[in-house]
Amino acid sequence: MAEAKTFSRALGREGGWSIEAYLQAGGYRAARKALGEMTPAAVLDEVKKASLRGRGGAGFPAGLKWGFVPAKTDKPKYLCVNADEGEPGTFKDRYILGHDPHLLIEGALIASFAVGIHRAFVYIRGEYENIARRLEAAVAEAVERKFLGPDVFGSGFALDLQVHRGAGSYICGEETALLESLEGKRGHPRLKPPFPASVGLFGAPTVINNVETLANIPGIILHGAAWFTDQGLPTDGGTRLFGVSGAVARPGVYELPVGTPLRDIIFTHAGGMLPGRQLKAVIPGGLSAPVLRADEIDLPMCCDALVRAGSMLGSGAVIVIDDRTPILDVLLRVARFYAHESCGQCTPCRLGTNWIRKVVERMASGGGRPGDIDELARLASGIKGRTLCPMGDAAALPVLGLVQKFRSELEGATCRP
Amino acid sequence: MKDVFSADLRRRLEALAAKYPAKSAALLPALHLVQAEAGFIGPAEEEAVAGLLGVTPLEVREVVTFYTMFRRTPAGRYHLQVCRNVTCSLLGADQILDYLRKKLGLAVGETSADGRFTLTTVECLGECEQAPCLMVNFDHYGNLTENRVDEILRELA
Repeated sequence: MAEAKTFSRALGREGGWSIEAYLQAGGYRAARKALGEMTPAAVLDEVKKASLRGRGGAGFPAGLKWGFVPAKTDKPKYLCVNADEGEPGTFKDRYILGHDPHLLIEGALIASFAVGIHRAFVYIRGEYENIARRLEAAVAEAVERKFLGPDVFGSGFALDLQVHRGAGSYICGEETALLESLEGKRGHPRLKPPFPASVGLFGAPTVINNVETLANIPGIILHGAAWFTDQGLPTDGGTRLFGVSGAVARPGVYELPVGTPLRDIIFTHAGGMLPGRQLKAVIPGGLSAPVLRADEIDLPMCCDALVRAGSMLGSGAVIVIDDRTPILDVLLRVARFYAHESCGQCTPCRLGTNWIRKVVERMASGGGRPGDIDELARLASGIKGRTLCPMGDAAALPVLGLVQKFRSELEGATCRP
Repeated sequence: MKDVFSADLRRRLEALAAKYPAKSAALLPALHLVQAEAGFIGPAEEEAVAGLLGVTPLEVREVVTFYTMFRRTPAGRYHLQVCRNVTCSLLGADQILDYLRKKLGLAVGETSADGRFTLTTVECLGECEQAPCLMVNFDHYGNLTENRVDEILRELA
């Protein structure tokens, strides 16, 4: 049912980002339906029934998240759209922001209506400056037509949406670090609870959703929850934008049903391996997702199956690693990245990621010692579960995965007698 | 005393601050505007931004030193940032970086004597389907080869 696809209609179509193109494709009909014919409770109910899992990394059901925001509060409520997209290997939100910005705006509008929010921010990574400008132009178009602003569609509902630039920090993709950053501070994650739904931006109830998550909302409202779960799985609905990169013939974004086998994504949709290269390993959900070996890719790409396989679906970013790439080199990039991005707040992460980096750099420069690999596993285990935010686990789990699954290769590469 | 900011920049900063529920929340975008005009964020800029947004200079320094996009010293007119993450590295980012180092005669982190180029590495730019990639100021370039790098440098000349 190719016509049911949420995103593909605009991807790659020149000029598809304009409001005229979006309206021609049926844009803003879902928001008109929600604001004109539905109650906020009915919208929330539909999204809950759709089993829309968060597309940012954690896979938390979006409807449930919205439902945690208190209905009665004397504070303003906020929506923060997470467009920080910093998980290495991930580039799918860039497609939505750049090619179909009104899809995001419409999704944010419906979400705000459902939760009773009148103020929204899109936190976009600073490196996406050119895309931020396009998004701002789209916001201006929407304001001009009264699809945003003090009286949306003449319904009396008000929503102000503002684009806010980050400045180069992976950790700001973590939701509480994003809030701190949006308040003008260092991106230091907060202790949870309280969760942002009750104490978020400026201490007020806040919903934080990923770009792709919100971009799914118009389709759910227009066609219904059953349409959405029919495309994916009953517990994990819809399609996802899988971003495939690395040693494949056709790297790119592929919109496919949740549950599509990983093997098909790589060998059918992304065209298989580059000529002359063999598959060695796959990182299935962005750099934080523990690696899978070539013989472990016969599994459906949904949140629960990936957890059962000891990894995670994360952002749906599939990094394909070939037989010419030494695992030690992958480990080096992983180690350097997390050491660079640790915010420094929690000691196990701040010190642990740098100790891991030092050991791996020594191994990579030919100074590996017997016991180094056990030392890496020990250091990673010392970070896991001992930090305020999920970045500790995000740094530890890929190291543990590489060490466990490719131990003999790493030993051969570093401990030559 | 002479204002650190031009009249136009000050006007834009004040308009920006007014858009937020708390002025201090405008700090990151404000620093982007300041850096775009001054080229970097030095102690004088930090103090002026602090005064404008009602925070302390120390709070501004905390932010400037936390985020990789803010510079405390001037960079070249073209800041080349080569991605060094997994996807780019497995498709030849190291060779691209080596080529740029030789071609520009710069080590990573250096600025050319004529002030034209600064060369650094960067973590994932979100262009993995076009790996290897780099960013020049705010423009992204992908599918890099040595020939493509030559072309880009010619375009910048």
